[in-house]
Amino acid sequence: MTQIPARITDWFAAKGWSVHPHQQDMFDRAEDPATLLIAPTGGGKTMAGFLPTLADLAQRDHAGLHTIYVSPLKALAADIRRNLRGPADEIGLPIRIEDRTGDTSATQKKRQRVDPPHILLTTPESLALLTSYEDAPRMFAGVQRVIVDEIHALAESKRGDQLTLALARLQSLRPDLRRVGLSATVEDPQAIAGFLARHPDPCHIILADPGPDPDIRMLETKEPPPWSGGGAAYSVPAVMEQIKQHKTTLIFHNTRAQAEIFFHNLWLANEDGLPIGIHHGSLDRQQRERVEAAMVRGELRAIVCTGSLDLGIDWGDVDLVIQIGAPKNVKRLVQRIGRANHRYNAPSKALLVPANRFEVVECVAALEAAKAHDLDGEPRGAGPRDVLCQHILIAAAAGPFKADTLFAETTTAGPYFQLTRTEFDACLDFCATGGYALRAYDRWQRLQQRPDGRWQLRDPRAAQRIRMNLGTIQDTDTLKVRLKRNRGGKPLGEVEEAFAASLTQGDTFLIGGQIVRYEGLREMVVEVSRRADRKPKVAVFSGTKFATSTQLSDRILRMFAQSDWPQLPAHTADWLALQRDISRLPQRDRLLIESFPNDGRENLCVYGFAGRNAQQTLGLLLTKRMEETGLAPLGFVATDYATLIWGLDAVTDPRPLFQLDALRDGLETWLSGNAVMKRTFRASATIAGLIERNTGGQRKSGRQATFSSDILYDTLLKYDPDHLLMQITREEAMRGLVDFGRIEAMIARIGDRIDLLRLDRVSPLAAPLFLEVGKVPVKGAAEERLLAEESARLLQAAGLEPG
Amino acid sequence: MPLASPIKTREERIMNEVTFSFVGQTLHALGSGALWWPDQNLLCVSDLHLGKSERIARRGGPTLPPYDSKETLTRLSADIARTNPSTVICLGDSFDDLDASMAINAAEKRDITALQAGRRWIWIEGNHDPGPIELGGTHLFECTIGSLTFRHIAQAEAPAEISGHYHPKARLKTRGRSITRPAFLVDQARMILPAYGTYTGGMRSSDQILCKLMDDRALAILTGPAPQVIPMPR
Repeated sequence: MTQIPARITDWFAAKGWSVHPHQQDMFDRAEDPATLLIAPTGGGKTMAGFLPTLADLAQRDHAGLHTIYVSPLKALAADIRRNLRGPADEIGLPIRIEDRTGDTSATQKKRQRVDPPHILLTTPESLALLTSYEDAPRMFAGVQRVIVDEIHALAESKRGDQLTLALARLQSLRPDLRRVGLSATVEDPQAIAGFLARHPDPCHIILADPGPDPDIRMLETKEPPPWSGGGAAYSVPAVMEQIKQHKTTLIFHNTRAQAEIFFHNLWLANEDGLPIGIHHGSLDRQQRERVEAAMVRGELRAIVCTGSLDLGIDWGDVDLVIQIGAPKNVKRLVQRIGRANHRYNAPSKALLVPANRFEVVECVAALEAAKAHDLDGEPRGAGPRDVLCQHILIAAAAGPFKADTLFAETTTAGPYFQLTRTEFDACLDFCATGGYALRAYDRWQRLQQRPDGRWQLRDPRAAQRIRMNLGTIQDTDTLKVRLKRNRGGKPLGEVEEAFAASLTQGDTFLIGGQIVRYEGLREMVVEVSRRADRKPKVAVFSGTKFATSTQLSDRILRMFAQSDWPQLPAHTADWLALQRDISRLPQRDRLLIESFPNDGRENLCVYGFAGRNAQQTLGLLLTKRMEETGLAPLGFVATDYATLIWGLDAVTDPRPLFQLDALRDGLETWLSGNAVMKRTFRASATIAGLIERNTGGQRKSGRQATFSSDILYDTLLKYDPDHLLMQITREEAMRGLVDFGRIEAMIARIGDRIDLLRLDRVSPLAAPLFLEVGKVPVKGAAEERLLAEESARLLQAAGLEPG
Repeated sequence: MPLASPIKTREERIMNEVTFSFVGQTLHALGSGALWWPDQNLLCVSDLHLGKSERIARRGGPTLPPYDSKETLTRLSADIARTNPSTVICLGDSFDDLDASMAINAAEKRDITALQAGRRWIWIEGNHDPGPIELGGTHLFECTIGSLTFRHIAQAEAPAEISGHYHPKARLKTRGRSITRPAFLVDQARMILPAYGTYTGGMRSSDQILCKLMDDRALAILTGPAPQVIPMPR
């Protein structure tokens, strides 16, 4: 095909549009094995991806599946279906376009496998699931193209690794399959190309015109932001004013809990009764769909949302994006801003609303970075082996396979091209026998080798269990929330199980913008009633955690070194001056440490400005020394800038904590017993299929039968420390930490230039750290001391003799 | 059974157990979750769930690290070495099912036989292992020793009863953090032991079932390196 068919160019002309240069490029390269398009949101990216498909379908009849479209979000799949239907009808293509996600009904799914549509819009998990069925070869028989949308977002997580393995599978079924990736602006396009293409196929990169720079500013408010806190309630009047001045405003938050609180406050201030909605991943599907539909009809003036609306969904006429809280990542900020003004060649408009004064500093640094096109990002590591283990199980669910063939197929996936046969065999052995030093499961292997050498499931019923536990997203256990009624009231959404466990009858909390009262737990459903209170008692469920980090440290340190701060609002400049006055501002070649009591505990704040991974490692090292020197640490939290450690006793002399020999001594044991490792183990063990989230039966309400994954970790550590999953755990944990060597070098460099300041209360700069997520508990002597203290108090209160 | 030096043993005991009175008897709750009754020279453990990993794999589940039985027996042998009991009672659900009792490996069978040597060993039946097993010792539905009755599941009107089954655990909120541990529950009439097995979870003492079983003045003894007594959290 050399020319875009007239039916399609006519349609463009009728719309008054012309084909963009990058759309033409994509069409010209339709026969390439892999093509990556990098274009800003609103640049006709989706049309560029589908153009070769529509052209092909316009010129010849095609039976069965032609193109698979994969996106990271269910909502995006549904949105693309709507946006593709119109052009297909107008061009006059009698084709079926359907989506298939976790939200699709079982009947619809079954029908799609028997009689697939021409274009199937799906997610990585649903695609992997399709490859797990025995009839996959038949369903995928005619597939020509696969389009991976928002590939930059998928490449950031294990969902992307899983997708490349599913694509490798598809390519084995359809050797001529052509791959297309659609990406927002990224720092390393070549890495994304290598991720998309079949190894070692070439992948051409098409760079669309990035359009004008976005117009990003900080929102000016009359009220100054607080010292600490993440709610940004102070900004509500100013945000309300912006909503009134614009047609449609998207208000992004970093966590679901913050979105709920902000929406509540906005609603209380909404005197004109403007139509404002809320949208985040914990809300009930019907609720989300109602908000989405209202937005498509242009009925909403503002939507308070989280990452669930993050990606290029083309809804309505958004003319302003507001980001509440510091953008933790400059790249994401730029991508989010792409949401506003979805017209090519018009600058996007965005406002940043820092939630506290430290975030003012961060926002100013982020604005400088965005202006300088200084995108941050970490290089992708090799494909993780826990995802490979799951892939082997998925392959087994589809039918018997040869190890040689599966290995060869796996190494065509970009992230796995360097995988060795030994590594592959270890994963296969883990799937088959558990891979333990003690051969315990010879009779009960999960996979068995048949006489012809192929591997298959010992128990065919296991296929169903594998499918039910497919995926790499680590959901925390959640419980449904419903209004209490005789026969089950309206579903409102979900809360984390740990949050539900903390509630007692009568507690009130926010969900979907409403205040509800906790009534009780029935058959694993949280029952609530509506309340008209103005203030919820318990406001926070932890929601999604924001893990990615910025590289803004240097810019911030440079700012701190200034004698005054003309670029900052007066309130924040005053705040920094106060920090300088009562403590100090961190400097590049010294290490500032503050020690102060707060809320009945002693705190130590170490301002290393070394990036989150290094600060996390520092937290592990310092708590080790604190435990050894009897300071009873309880936990720590790390940001890009500092590590905050809390415990029972005050640190008065930092020197014993920083002794290199003592830090090194027993480090292995300390690290292996740490909560970071256990958390990592749980995620990897779940992905690799050792822990099943779903067992088919109902979850037991009394939890006698389930036991903590920490026990499995402890057992392996003691009896089989070199087991594959322990290797994977160490590897994965190290992605979030830095080498001890680098910390050692930092400590050596600082030498005795450590400034420990004893303060009588929390300092201005330390205040925001108390609300950081990702706290790491330290289990040591402090726990026993707290238990003894509290039990003595309780027994005394009960009038009993302490035992 | 040779003991470590008496002084060290004494210290360990002070750190690692709680002594309390139950229907006129002096009992010791060990930090490991075992119950020691010095007057009868008796050690009691509940819900060992030996063979659990094997049973899960046999039923098509994941192949968990197959070291749970070994770990459970290692801890039990440490408690036996420390107390040198003349009687050991395993209070039911000692095996994850009856097939698991057959399937435990030769080394583990040898370990059990070694532990049984020279003492009375009583297997109480549990809901997971409701029948005789091919290992030494006596198999009983329940038994009464001195003034105390040992059975797997607590009965409604049963004074001076020691049982297991529920895997109780208790949560304590302290100023630093909230701490959850397997726990002994004890009141005027009955005592419920925590699960001793490695791969076991727990039921909160605040669960309705446990709240109904235990009277208003019930205590919980949290296990761990330094066990602690608290009013039972409800």
